[in-house]
Amino acid sequence: MTLTIVLLGAAALIGLGVYGALSQQSFVMLMMGLELILNGALLAIMGFWSLGLGGMPEGQLLAIIVMAVMAVEMSIGFALVVAVYRKRQADMTESLGTLKE
Amino acid sequence: MNASIIVLILVAVYTGWRVFQADSMVRATFALLVSFIAVAGIGVILSVPYIGVATVFMMAVEMMVMAIFMVAFMMNSAGLNPMSMVHQEKPAMAAGLLTWLGLSAAVLTSRLPDNPVPADNRAVRDLGIELLGDSMLTFETGGVALLATMVGAVILSSRRGRYGPADEGAQPPGLMAGGAPAGRRPEEGGGHHHGHGGHDMGGGEMGGHDMGGHGSGSEAGGEDMHAGHDMGGQDMDGGHGTGGASMADARPNMTGHEAHGGMEPGSAATGGADADDPHRAHRTAGTGGTSQQGHGAMGHSAPGAGEDARQEHGPADDPDSHRGDKRR
Repeated sequence: MTLTIVLLGAAALIGLGVYGALSQQSFVMLMMGLELILNGALLAIMGFWSLGLGGMPEGQLLAIIVMAVMAVEMSIGFALVVAVYRKRQADMTESLGTLKE
Repeated sequence: MNASIIVLILVAVYTGWRVFQADSMVRATFALLVSFIAVAGIGVILSVPYIGVATVFMMAVEMMVMAIFMVAFMMNSAGLNPMSMVHQEKPAMAAGLLTWLGLSAAVLTSRLPDNPVPADNRAVRDLGIELLGDSMLTFETGGVALLATMVGAVILSSRRGRYGPADEGAQPPGLMAGGAPAGRRPEEGGGHHHGHGGHDMGGGEMGGHDMGGHGSGSEAGGEDMHAGHDMGGQDMDGGHGTGGASMADARPNMTGHEAHGGMEPGSAATGGADADDPHRAHRTAGTGGTSQQGHGAMGHSAPGAGEDARQEHGPADDPDSHRGDKRR
């Protein structure tokens, strides 16, 4: 029962993150959507580890990998935002259409 | 236990929703932070204390950085007036709902494992043993990935590129010490200066430079003239290759050039330089061809030869000629 609740919450967080990542125009807000998706994944991993794995330490390792992915995503994302802003003065996804042409 | 988990999940989902509804970017950032802290609290309740606390630490710092970026990049970071910066909102909302409902249906319809952590489990100790024991390779690989991330972030956000200011285009080093930059030049490179220099010289010599003399010089001479015309008149792209081409042909063409110098009284000085420094003299002759009449006649005299020279010797690059160009 607890696992079901946790997984439903994780599904809601992931759905919110998908909405945000698809709908936001600003790069930084878009990254917040990605962070929310990872947040939901983290919640699901913790739920599965705690209630389905019987204490296997590899489950926690997976959670640590997810946290490392969060750090990588955010630092590279912000570096890209800075680089794009320097080059194109763009902070919105709509400003970057050059690859379309 | 269930009640507190439900409350924390509701908090996490509500603040997650507020992230995209807040007018103030800083408030959105803190809403995301609260969402993460709620999830971390669930982790602590679910006896994953290390992961939960580490999440709080990491997210507190990360959200502070994010708030700073928000203030730096967004025009409305204070939220003084309502704003909504969304695109394709309906499809996005549909995708989010579909994800949520699909995952929920999967959760509700599948048979979930039921093997809870034993009460006397020492989760943090187990994790430490695992990280520095069997899963050490994974852990260390994560460390290397983070290091690569740091390097990548510094490189991406650095204003200075590898060979100079990133905003102005890269200038690779020369193939020889002190030589001209290797490879292609950026759009606003020295090509223009080169062209102007060529024109000026051509203008100075124009009177003495008659095309009949050139045509009769030799075919090799015609080739050179064509090269010179490319350097001066065209853009930098061709300019380089042809600069190299004329240099590469300098020796075989010497006779043609001397003949040329001797024929023209106007460029006697050039003829003299010829004898001393074949390279420079050759280049001068080539640039002389940049003058309008010369270039027209040139095109007629040996267009095919010029093309060949460009193609064959295009990649060749001469440091001397480039340095000279820059000075000019």
